[in-house]
Amino acid sequence: MAQGIRDKVAILGMGCSKFGERWDCGPDDLMVEAYIEAMNDAGIEPSQLDAAWFSTHVDEMGTGKGGTPMSIALRLPNIAVTRVENFCASGSEAFRGAVYAVASGAADIAIALGVEKLKDTGYGGLPVANPGTLMPQVMPNGSAPGNFAQLASAYRAKHGVSKDDLKRAIAHVSVKSHANGAKNAKAHLRKAVTVDQVLNAPMIAEPLGLFDCCGVSDGAACAIVTTPEIAKAMGKKNLTMVKAIQLSVSNGYESQYNGWDGSHFHTARIAAGKAYREAGIERPREQISMIEVHDCFSITELVTMEDLFISPEGQGWRDVMDGFYDADGGVPCQIDGGLKCFGHPIGASGLRMLYEMYLQLQGRAGERQLKDPVFGMTHNLGGAPASNVCSVAIIGQEGA
Amino acid sequence: MVGIAAWGAYAPRLRLSRKAVVTANAWVAPNLVGKGKGERAMANWDEDALTMAVEAARDALGPADDRSHIDALYFASTTAPFADRLNAGVVSAALTLEKSISASDVTGSQRCGLAALAQALDSVSGGSARSALVVAGERRKARAVSALELDCGDGAAAFVITAEGGAADFLGRGSVTDDFVDHFRGNDGGFDYAWEERWIRDEGIVKLVPPAVKRALAAAGVAAADVAHFCFPSTFSGMAATLAKSLGIPAEAVRDNLAAVMGEAGSAHGPLMLAHALEQAKAGEIIVVSQFGQGAEALVFRATGAANLKPARGVTGSLADRQEETNYLKFLIFNGLVDWDKGMRAEKDNKTALTTLYRNEDMILGLVGGRCRETGVVQFPRTRISVAPNKPALDTQEPYRFAERKASVLSYSADYLTFSMAPPNHYGMIVFEGGGRIMMDITDVSPGDVDTGLPVKMVFRIKDIDEKRGFVRYFWKAAPDRSAVSAQTAVAAE
Repeated sequence: MAQGIRDKVAILGMGCSKFGERWDCGPDDLMVEAYIEAMNDAGIEPSQLDAAWFSTHVDEMGTGKGGTPMSIALRLPNIAVTRVENFCASGSEAFRGAVYAVASGAADIAIALGVEKLKDTGYGGLPVANPGTLMPQVMPNGSAPGNFAQLASAYRAKHGVSKDDLKRAIAHVSVKSHANGAKNAKAHLRKAVTVDQVLNAPMIAEPLGLFDCCGVSDGAACAIVTTPEIAKAMGKKNLTMVKAIQLSVSNGYESQYNGWDGSHFHTARIAAGKAYREAGIERPREQISMIEVHDCFSITELVTMEDLFISPEGQGWRDVMDGFYDADGGVPCQIDGGLKCFGHPIGASGLRMLYEMYLQLQGRAGERQLKDPVFGMTHNLGGAPASNVCSVAIIGQEGA
Repeated sequence: MVGIAAWGAYAPRLRLSRKAVVTANAWVAPNLVGKGKGERAMANWDEDALTMAVEAARDALGPADDRSHIDALYFASTTAPFADRLNAGVVSAALTLEKSISASDVTGSQRCGLAALAQALDSVSGGSARSALVVAGERRKARAVSALELDCGDGAAAFVITAEGGAADFLGRGSVTDDFVDHFRGNDGGFDYAWEERWIRDEGIVKLVPPAVKRALAAAGVAAADVAHFCFPSTFSGMAATLAKSLGIPAEAVRDNLAAVMGEAGSAHGPLMLAHALEQAKAGEIIVVSQFGQGAEALVFRATGAANLKPARGVTGSLADRQEETNYLKFLIFNGLVDWDKGMRAEKDNKTALTTLYRNEDMILGLVGGRCRETGVVQFPRTRISVAPNKPALDTQEPYRFAERKASVLSYSADYLTFSMAPPNHYGMIVFEGGGRIMMDITDVSPGDVDTGLPVKMVFRIKDIDEKRGFVRYFWKAAPDRSAVSAQTAVAAE
């Protein structure tokens, strides 16, 4: 394995807009909101930025293509701006670009910013994607919940879990995230929900009801990264270090070869394994302090617990029911409310997850603050279970 | 002796209750209440004349991969989806027939199904074709609250014609051509406009059909009294019996026109009744099939009674696979008779890139994937580099047909969010016996029908309709293999 990036890059500052139905804002306003917070947190001037990575996914919905939307909105000093798009892992991809630039020595300070203005598309749920000229002629006319819901039927079949038990387990996932999100002023949805509310909600895509699906929101998030040496020279203490970033992309194995059982994410297991090796983590269930995972749908979060090797295979649903991922559980998950309560402005989500892990590691998470976290992990999924992009990032305390 | 070597049929699974229709319409058309008996075959939203014809043809051809013996194709319909695109070309691609075949669309009259059959018989008799496939499909078009809406049904039939025959020998043909306009439909895609029934019956059918049948019997050298099966579709009660009597055909030879159980499938109905007769005819029995339309067509066959040639499904099997539909509004929406709010998700542009369609023709229309000649790994779609893990062989794949393979559901969902003509939209990962998998639509199901492990079969269906440009996009879908489900249930019960 390559040498990796462990402890080569520190997070200098982060920012995150309020997520929600931001009818009053355009994408440029959201970008500025996250950027100003991050720049103030980092304590730097724009002239100190060497390079930028910009993530936005939905075509032409307010932001436009290329690097100019970010450069113009933030009046960046004519530095390189690279637009990245990798489905729902776009924000993590932007972070990866900035981190790699610093780790390589090509940049001293780099910025990653993600934004999406979904509420200007006119849809409840994600807008209909444009998959090119061939796929629409063969692929089902599906939706994100319909694609991810399929995990449930395959998971039930593989592990012999009844429909009722699995529905209750994924309901607990949502109840937990809403309880956490209620404590977060930047979350879109801030009301706690009950198991009965989740179980009795209108069906979106069997077996996912309304509360099994994350919200559709506007938002932006931003990270500024540098080397530990530069950060220390700037007087920064209690550094939050990048321990690992791994990305795994489907190559058609899941969708075209009869080896995948449909109950889990093939790529997530690969990305998680590599990330743990890069970060030097051998016992994730004990060593990882907290996680933010891609809970686009409650069933996604449940199977992810096994894909990240925190729950034993086939036992994730039991851990969920036992409260292992609750705020007071063994590995708290979605402390900030997750996609479930923040919604999923696609280009911003990966950076939004890192923002919470960063706040927690800095001890600045307010009433959500966990006790002495050491490693925080984020996980993003893009595409659909049968054809996806998965990113896993681990950040942690200096010296951990 | 030239004749029918094989045959097949198709009727859509949905059967619209006529009582539901007349009850819904009684406020405006109380005169139709008397027609509220029985049911009519109702195409699903994703079925049309072409898709049903393909299914009938598959029934006739059987599951064998090699269809290279077919060298001529005739597609008959008055409701074909394309006015200027060879509809038979779509059928040919779906069936993965050879590129070297001749193919034609036969249309313009309710007797075009039998005309196509006659042309196929002629071409084989004359030696220009060795093995001709004839398919007739019809998705009838009628205004809401019309009598035609109740009388019609949707369906298809198919025949393989060879010099040797086997199932039935062809004995003779008779035709009459006369521009008697009992009804017409303009080329603007509108609805039928019909004249008075008594005139159609007394000046049209009664005068124009018998000469055609007599000529056919004469050509065949068969006496009317020797006819055992007389197939004549008509929505006029007792019409076939009247004709039989005037012709001297025994009353007991008059066959059930299936009006009660499926309605009349237009130009496909004569062929359907012939297919039905073949399923029941004993060796040596004479079958006469005739149909009216700007004259008449009549064909005479002698059945061989060869039971081994019967199709897997046929008319009997199609009629047995039945799901009652009592929602008249669903019928109206499926037939484009209601301007309904499809929601924002239906706004997506369904323009088909014709370059992409042509480049991937065998994949999209024929469901042809690939099989690696080195590893045997089967995949869909066929690609230059094999999907086999750790064995990315280059350019080793040969065409591999999926359409006739048994398959089952690995994962699925029933999606209420996406646009669907029949929500919830069912789709899932389908895995095939022998390898390969495809994420595909699942059709002909209701909530609760689908679960992991459900046996499914492939069916050729409409994928999307580009209303802006008038293009119909086709692909394959999974439908429950209900015979396999029944077999599973039977085994489990033992």
